[in-house]
Formats: sequence, C-alpha cells, structure tokens
Amino acid sequence: MASTTPMTFDYAPAPESRAVVDIAPSYGLFINGEFTEAADGKVFKTISPSSEEVLSEVAQATAEDVDRAVKAARTAFTAWSALPGSERAKYLFRIARIIQERSRELAVLESLDNGKPIRESRDADLPLVAAHFFYYAGWADKLAHAGYGPDPKPLGVAGQVIPWNFPLLMLAWKIAPALAAGNTVVLKPAETTPLSALFFADICRQAGLPKGVVNIVTGDGSTGAELVGHPGIDKVAFTGSTEVGKAIARTVAGTSKKVTLELGGKAANIVFDDAPIDQAVEGIVNGIFFNQGHVCCAGSRLLVQESVQDELLDALKRRMRTLRVGDPLDKNTDIGAINSAEQLARIRTLAEAGEAEGAERWAPDCELPSSGFWFAPTLFTGVTQAHRIAREEIFGPVLSVLTFRTPEEAVAKANNTPYGLSAGIWTEKGSRILWMANKLRAGVVWSNTFNKFDPTSPFGGYKESGYGREGGRHGLEAYLDV
Amino acid sequence: MPTTVPAYGKEAAERLASMADVTASDGALRRFLHGLPGVDAVGLQARAATLGTRSIKTTAKAYAIDLAISMIDLTTLEGADTPGKVRALCAKGANPDPTDRTVPKVAAICVYGDMVATAKEALASAGGSDIHVAAVATAFPSGRAAMPVKLADTRDAVAAGADEIDMVIDRGAFLSGRYLEVFEEIKQVKEACARPDGGAAHLKVIFETGELQTYDNVRRASWLAMLAGADFIKTSTGKVAVNATPPVTLLMLEAVRDFRATTGVQVGVKPAGGIRTSKDAIKYLVMVNETLGEEWLTADWFRFGASSLLNDLLMQRQKLRTGHYSGPDYVTVD
Repeated sequence: MASTTPMTFDYAPAPESRAVVDIAPSYGLFINGEFTEAADGKVFKTISPSSEEVLSEVAQATAEDVDRAVKAARTAFTAWSALPGSERAKYLFRIARIIQERSRELAVLESLDNGKPIRESRDADLPLVAAHFFYYAGWADKLAHAGYGPDPKPLGVAGQVIPWNFPLLMLAWKIAPALAAGNTVVLKPAETTPLSALFFADICRQAGLPKGVVNIVTGDGSTGAELVGHPGIDKVAFTGSTEVGKAIARTVAGTSKKVTLELGGKAANIVFDDAPIDQAVEGIVNGIFFNQGHVCCAGSRLLVQESVQDELLDALKRRMRTLRVGDPLDKNTDIGAINSAEQLARIRTLAEAGEAEGAERWAPDCELPSSGFWFAPTLFTGVTQAHRIAREEIFGPVLSVLTFRTPEEAVAKANNTPYGLSAGIWTEKGSRILWMANKLRAGVVWSNTFNKFDPTSPFGGYKESGYGREGGRHGLEAYLDV
Repeated sequence: MPTTVPAYGKEAAERLASMADVTASDGALRRFLHGLPGVDAVGLQARAATLGTRSIKTTAKAYAIDLAISMIDLTTLEGADTPGKVRALCAKGANPDPTDRTVPKVAAICVYGDMVATAKEALASAGGSDIHVAAVATAFPSGRAAMPVKLADTRDAVAAGADEIDMVIDRGAFLSGRYLEVFEEIKQVKEACARPDGGAAHLKVIFETGELQTYDNVRRASWLAMLAGADFIKTSTGKVAVNATPPVTLLMLEAVRDFRATTGVQVGVKPAGGIRTSKDAIKYLVMVNETLGEEWLTADWFRFGASSLLNDLLMQRQKLRTGHYSGPDYVTVD
C-alpha cells in the first residue's frame, strides 16, 4: 500500500455509477398515458453537456401533437377534478414516495442531461422535488382552508413550460400544485433537458395516475409556443427568460387564460461590514456558483460595503481557489458543466463585455475538461451600475462585485435593476435586516443565507422577474379559479 | 513524526508584539474579542456538513488513514489508569498494528501528569522515543483550582519529561467576561512550560467548547488563547456531554487561519472527544485540507485526541490493503 499512497491529500476520483440509470435510445411524447411518436416522426438529440455524448433521441412535438395532448388533458379533467381531494392526495403522495425511492437514479440522470454536479442533484434537487410533491399532496384535501373560499374550483388544463436549469424541480413546482388543486397538465420540458420529465412520465404510470392527467410534450421553442397559444388551455405557467416571458404575455393577452411567469433576475447579495464574514463568503459562493450560476435567483451582483471590501474579496478569492470544477458525476465536484454551447457563448459574450467595459476579471487557476461546455468560476471587480455585467442576466458562474457606503445606497443600487426576484442581506444586526427587507423590491429576501428553497415558502418576482407566486399556500392561487 | 515547532521568526514576533495593546487591559481585550466577526450558526453548520459529503476513496483514503494515525494523541485519562495500562498504550502507539510494520506511529501519548515518567520510559523501551508524551494539567478537566496549584501541576509534568502540556482554561472566568484573567492564566502556564535547558513543552489550550456553548465564544476563546501564546488550540477534555464537533473544529481552523494572516504565527488545532471512526476522522482531515491546506496537514499542526479511533483506522487500513474486513479481534485491545 505504501507504494501507491500519494504524498499529498489529492482526492481520488469518486464517480457515482451511471449503471443506476437506464436511458433508452429514444423517447416518444407522453400523451394520454402512452408514449407515442411525433405526428411527423421528427426527433432531436439530447446530449450530456459535460462530454457532448448523445444520451438519447427525443420526439419533437408538432402542433398536432400538442393538440392531442391538450385534448387528452381536457378529457381527463372531468374525472380528475371530480375526485375527492383526499383521493388526489393519495396519487401525489405515491408519486412523492416513488421519487424518493428512485432518487439516486433520477439524480444521476439529471446530472447527465443537465451537467450539474451530482452533489447538488442528490442533495438539493431531488430532496426538494419529493418535498414539493409531499407538501402539495397535503393541500389536496384542505383547499377549503387555503383562504380562497369554502370550495375553490380548479381552472382546467394547465399548459406549463419549464427551463433547463432545474428540470425535475421546475416540473415539481408546476405539476404538484396543479394536480393538488384538481387541474390536469400538459408540460413541455426544455429542449436541452427533456429526460427527467420523461422519466417522471414513467413514475406517473408507476403510481397508477389516471391517463391524461399528466402529459409531457418534448420539443423546442416552437412546441412551447404551440402549447401556450393553444385555445384549449386555461392556464399558462412559465419559468424561463424574460424575453420569452414577454412573448407569452403578448400571446395570452386578451384571452381568458390565467398566467404566472417566473423570469430572470439580477439579484443583489448585500454584505455589510458587520457580517459574519466566513459564512457570508459561503453564501456568496453558494449564491452565484450553485448550479453553475444557472439560477434565476442567483446572487449575481455582490454589493459589498466599501469598508470591508478588501478583506471580503481576499476571503472570497481564497475560497474560490478551492472550488472543484469537473465531471458532474464525481461526488466531489462543486461546479459542473455549462448546460449548452449556446449558453456558454452567451456567458462568454457578457464576460468579454465586462472586460471591454473596464471591469477587472479574475478566476482561480483551474483546469477545464477538453470536451463539453465549461466556464471557470469568475469574479469581476470594479463593476459599476453602468456595466452590462451589472445589468444583464448572465446565467452563469460570473459574479459582479460593486460597492456601497451606506444602507440607503445599498438599497438604491440593489433596486436599480429591471428585475426583482431575490436579494440577500448579510449583517449581524437584526433591525437592519428588517429595514432592508422592507425596502428591497424583490420577491424573496434571504438574510444571512442564500438560495434556500422550501416548498412551504412562496417564490416569485417583482417587475421584469415576472408575476404570480409558486410554492406555499400562495402557489395554490395560480391553479384555482379565484 | 512531530518535531519541535520552529520559532515563528522575527517578523512574526514583531507583528505579534504590535498587537500587545489589545491585551493591555481587560477593557481593551473585551473590545477586541467582541469586535471579531460574528459567526452565523446555521451557515457554519451547513459548511461543515457540506465538507462532510466529500467522498474520499482508494489512494486518497489510504493517504488519509495513515495521516490520521500519525496525528493521534493516543489518550488514556481515567482514574483507574495504572502503569500497566499506560505501558500497554505506549506499546500500541509505537507499533499500532503488530502484523504490519508499515503503519505509522501515533503522534503522542496523552496521560495525566503522574503517568508522564512511566510513559516516557515505556515509549523508550518500545522503540517509540520519538513519540511525544502529552500531559493534561491545570486541574484537568474542570480547571477549578487555585492558580499556584495549576502552575505546580504544570511544572510537575514538565519536570517529569512531558513534551506537551494540555491545559484547560477557566471556563467560569471566561463566561463571566474576565477575559484578561484567562489570558494571564494561559500566559503563566506557558511560562511554566519552560524547561531548564531553554526548551519548552508545547502548550495546547483546551476550551471545553461544550461548556462555552456559543460559536461566538469559541472564536473569542481561540483568539484569546493564541494571543496568550498557545501552540495548539483544542476543543474538549472528552469529559463533558458535548465534545469535538465538525462545526466547532471548522471555526477553530478558520481562527488559526486568520491569526496567521494577521500575525504570521501558525497555531495548531486538536479536536478531541467523540471522534471514533475513520469516516469521522477523514471528514476532519477534509476540513483541514479545504480550510487551511497542506501546511496544516501534519502532526505538527493537527492532532486528534482519541483512544478508540486508532483501532477503527487500523481495521479500515487492513480492509483497504486486503479487500476484506477482518474484525475487532484482529486489532489489539489495550
């Protein structure tokens, strides 16, 4: 043994086994409880962003397929909405338990298709997915006590379009409350990450969910547009970019469709000079590098009080040097792959704009894999409100550091953005936290923590970050006729 | 093997001296300690838990197990200790696995002061004279005695040949805010560690973090002890309900990191009590690795205060070498 023992504490590769997940070479659309091919037989490939390996071929749904799915959901709605809430709850509890039982398989699948580290898919995504189904299962027979009248009714068929950053978690956010309230759904997963939604379709079958209650149509933006524009749906729920969100709002304007939009963000993570500094550094790292920064509520703007700037940045850089970038399936990886070539190009463009506009770029030395899509965790100092990297959502592991002098200035700068999804406050002073939270125009304000999610807590934005709330009792409103 | 820690040099001595004003009065010391950054308990625990998910396999595990063995202060601190028991422990420390001579020796044998001479002798005859003998002192574990008694306790152990002194602080004084009293106590014990030959026993300062309770207190105690000249800061006596925990140890690692950045003086850390499995020990080494890096990954700067941990490390080592578990009858019970 002595001869093979290394001289330094280098972590040996610790890959999670791929064998726990069995990906079929191709997948159809899940309509009315059956997997079927697209009407015109078209397919597209989904790849692993960490290796560019093709994982599977997936059907590209056409207008005809979307119509079929909506009709299946409409047919299923009559019986599903007539079930007693306690019966709907049984299905949701069953789904939640199956997700827990299959969580290792689903975590590996998610890391393969999305590129996120297994530590996150295993310890964050999957537990939250199950928790969301458990939570809304509990509401299904208690809707009369949700504060929306004695007998609130479901809306009908929900058309749901979700992003690629948390594929299964966003599915849970959409499907769990919809089903609990008595709606049926047609869901379109993102083009680059369709697989976990298709595995979820299998879970619906395993749980014995009645046919047509959940339908999954895969495809690109055109499929999403068909779904959102379909006259047979009563409700549109979308999570994604502000640009697409605006297009959806235009599409549904003048119709009776109810809409919730959860869009982009450019959150301020505000660090005062009396902050618990080591934990603030962890919060900053978690705020921007969690999920490669592919998080709509990411703390992408660090607002640090000038008096503590040097100390904080030194500590942050020291911490960033320990981040482990690489194979998403390695259990010791902190930062995985960028989800797509397109997203990588966008991150690069904005990072280059940051440099061109005079901000100082810094990244720790880290070796990036040669295949796949990668971007090193990056820090920009000397950023001002006028820089593009302070205003536009980068949606990648890039942190813009700005400074402030007083609490008033921190609030003004934090709010000076078209977005308003989240914010973070770091201070040991409780009264300041409350004062700040009241002034910040953001849907979620974290104090002395960041990126903490819980199904009981409503989530949503101000301004161009969207409208409506998901999660908690508030999340039911979007799926009830109130 | 542990060697004498190098003197921290002129520059560090000057920087340390420049901080003399913070210990000039009780008020100044209180303002300094209370001005240290606060600790957010939830965040600290979350960080320690995340580091605990690191997966250390194959070659990394082999490295970590040997490193952990070499960092153990193999301890017996019982009223029932006898020379026979101490000799057995020394033999074990010098040669942990009789079937495998490639196993490293432990760092030190930790005993009560009256057993120091016995331990020194036993180590010499077991071929382990390079293993240090650490003696607990200053009315261990409660620290409830008059100052002259604590100093006599210390001098006695040093005179008997102790290489290291594990002292306890007066938690009562600390909790009632008499920081300067604690500071002076540590300083005096440090002076009592001096040997006539000009050398000195290495001083470890035990906080009994389970009694200090809050993380803010642990950070303050860490700085207080380091300012007073501690060579090591140590979590616990092993004699109270809550001993070393990963978050408390992580906080102390951060404190020694910050202290060196401020003064240039490097201080070691010793979690003690309740660390029984290889899995736990490796989690601690991961914390050291990712908080302080390689400079602290030696027995000179990090120790485990433990007794049963050694056998678990040996069993894991055998498993790694042979591919199968042997069982508790294939390691020695002492």
